[in-house]
Amino acid sequence: MAENNEIHKHEHSVGYGYYVLIWLTLISLTCVTVAVAGLNFGSYILLIAMIVAGIKSMLVINVFMHIKFEEPVFKLFFALIIATLIVLFVLTSFDVLFR
Amino acid sequence: MSQTTSNAADHVHKHRDDFGAKMGMWLFLFTELILFGGLFIVYMVYRIQYSTQFHIAAKELSISMGALNTAILLTSSLTMVLSVAAMQKRNKMLSVIFLVATKVFALGFMVVKAFEWGGKIGHGIYPGSKELANKENGEIIFYGLYYAMTGLHGLHVIIGVVILIFMLVFTLRNSINPDNYVKLENGGLYWHLVDLIWIFLFPLFYLLH
Repeated sequence: MAENNEIHKHEHSVGYGYYVLIWLTLISLTCVTVAVAGLNFGSYILLIAMIVAGIKSMLVINVFMHIKFEEPVFKLFFALIIATLIVLFVLTSFDVLFR
Repeated sequence: MSQTTSNAADHVHKHRDDFGAKMGMWLFLFTELILFGGLFIVYMVYRIQYSTQFHIAAKELSISMGALNTAILLTSSLTMVLSVAAMQKRNKMLSVIFLVATKVFALGFMVVKAFEWGGKIGHGIYPGSKELANKENGEIIFYGLYYAMTGLHGLHVIIGVVILIFMLVFTLRNSINPDNYVKLENGGLYWHLVDLIWIFLFPLFYLLH
């Protein structure tokens, strides 16, 4: 029983260096958003900031929160919750913008 | 041989379900995402309505303090994931060091936050203040959302620290060990969620110019 449990346990032992690399990417992306906000891009700033925030959150979710290494059911649930949130945001924004 | 028997006996007495534990944690995290998601929807609706006033109000916030806190929180997320990684590599001492480092960064975040809020309150900008009542509706709403959302996030940071203190005690008492660290992983998941929400809070409140 105990051995069986060991086999099924996901041993996704990732090196420390990989995590440090992801952290460096996250810090650089933060610098990018701050730098872009200082430029005169007008309404594009929000779009760029949200895209960068999206990339950063995907890195955190996939690597730090280990979703990448989890069973498919976790990925499915996660996709469902993000889809629900997007639907809520899009429908609400349409209601506010085109009322 | 006797080792295997005792292991099997342990298994009968202590039912362990790491998959279930993680699933439970994720289901809880989903409710957290919906909670903050609702607040972000409120933010979006008012930002569409009061776009210019939001920009004026946001100029009062310090980008450098926000960026510093972002860096602190991202680093704390790194030390958290390294703590779990060290436990996986059976290096318990290193895991404890990273766990303590995570808490130190969390406290650093709260100190910066306290200075920030203190500065704002010192300038008379807080919910219900006379100073704020004289401003435009959009600015009042901006600060209302600022205090509500960063406040709720700050509450999560404090809860996160309490959870991580429990994780430290569990590790020191060997209830979390290299063969059974799902509690540490779940505590870490909560901590990463706190980081995740800040990733969106930072550009939406600090980077409007």
